[in-house]
Amino acid sequence: MKSPLTLEPLFTIGPVGITEPVVVSWAVIAFLAGLCALATRRLKLTPSKTQATLELIVSAIDSQIRDTMQSDPAPFRALIGSIFLFVLVSNWSSLIPGVEPATAHIETDAAMALIIFVATVASGIRTRGLGGYLATFAEPSWVMIPLNIVEQFTRTFSLIVRLFGNVMSGVFVIGIILTLAGLLVPIPLMALDLLTGTVQAYIFAILATVFIGAAVGERRKASADAPPKGAT
Amino acid sequence: MNDLIQAVSIFSAALAVGLGAIGPGLGEGRAVASAMEAIARQPEAAGTISRTLFVGLAMIETMAIYCLVIALLVLFANPFIK
Repeated sequence: MKSPLTLEPLFTIGPVGITEPVVVSWAVIAFLAGLCALATRRLKLTPSKTQATLELIVSAIDSQIRDTMQSDPAPFRALIGSIFLFVLVSNWSSLIPGVEPATAHIETDAAMALIIFVATVASGIRTRGLGGYLATFAEPSWVMIPLNIVEQFTRTFSLIVRLFGNVMSGVFVIGIILTLAGLLVPIPLMALDLLTGTVQAYIFAILATVFIGAAVGERRKASADAPPKGAT
Repeated sequence: MNDLIQAVSIFSAALAVGLGAIGPGLGEGRAVASAMEAIARQPEAAGTISRTLFVGLAMIETMAIYCLVIALLVLFANPFIK
């Protein structure tokens, strides 16, 4: 049986080997970008059916971000929304026969978790300033500094492993079932996979929101009643 | 020697997933039970409760996923099998 942890390159461009997850994730990106570009080409004040659907998706993402962060969703809508849609579509791409979801390999998940890590640090520094952001590491007391630093890395790692483990185990179980019983038996498991894919995409996006919100959030509440310098 | 290590790895992979699923299973059961109770008491807070529940379940589930990843490492990327 093929190991889920190793990858063989499909073809090479120059010295760079191109693997299947790379092809699948670029296809997903092209699909999403093409769909959005086509759907938003003629926006009207009285929306058509497609536009109403898109507005529904955007406002649902907005309300989730607003509920979680307790602040204006506009600065984070692009990042969180595209991460959610990308994970969702690539989890569901296993519906196409022969396609293995890009998120079933740890490299794709690691890349996305790295983006979230950088976004967390960057938005923390942008709202609080460098000193203010570093001061949050000593938040309850200075004893917590090592623990808070370790937490930054462990939560990013668990973000990677959670998505990878869930999607990969779905693919893996279907592979095992297929070798045992062929025709209709894997279908309920594939349906379960669709549900897991949705929930994992939601959780990935919500956790990204929670992390960024924790780096940004408290200062906004505090700035209402305290001057910015004494906020942390 | 290699055969013995392989047999032990397969056995321990099964053991890791089997035992590692007990704790998260119990934990998720408790969490869902409490969330059900909370929703029954306060149906208007169902949205907030279920969102928090999902995030919490994901956190608990990660423990089981760690065991799965360890089992796969032992099966497919075992550093002791040459």
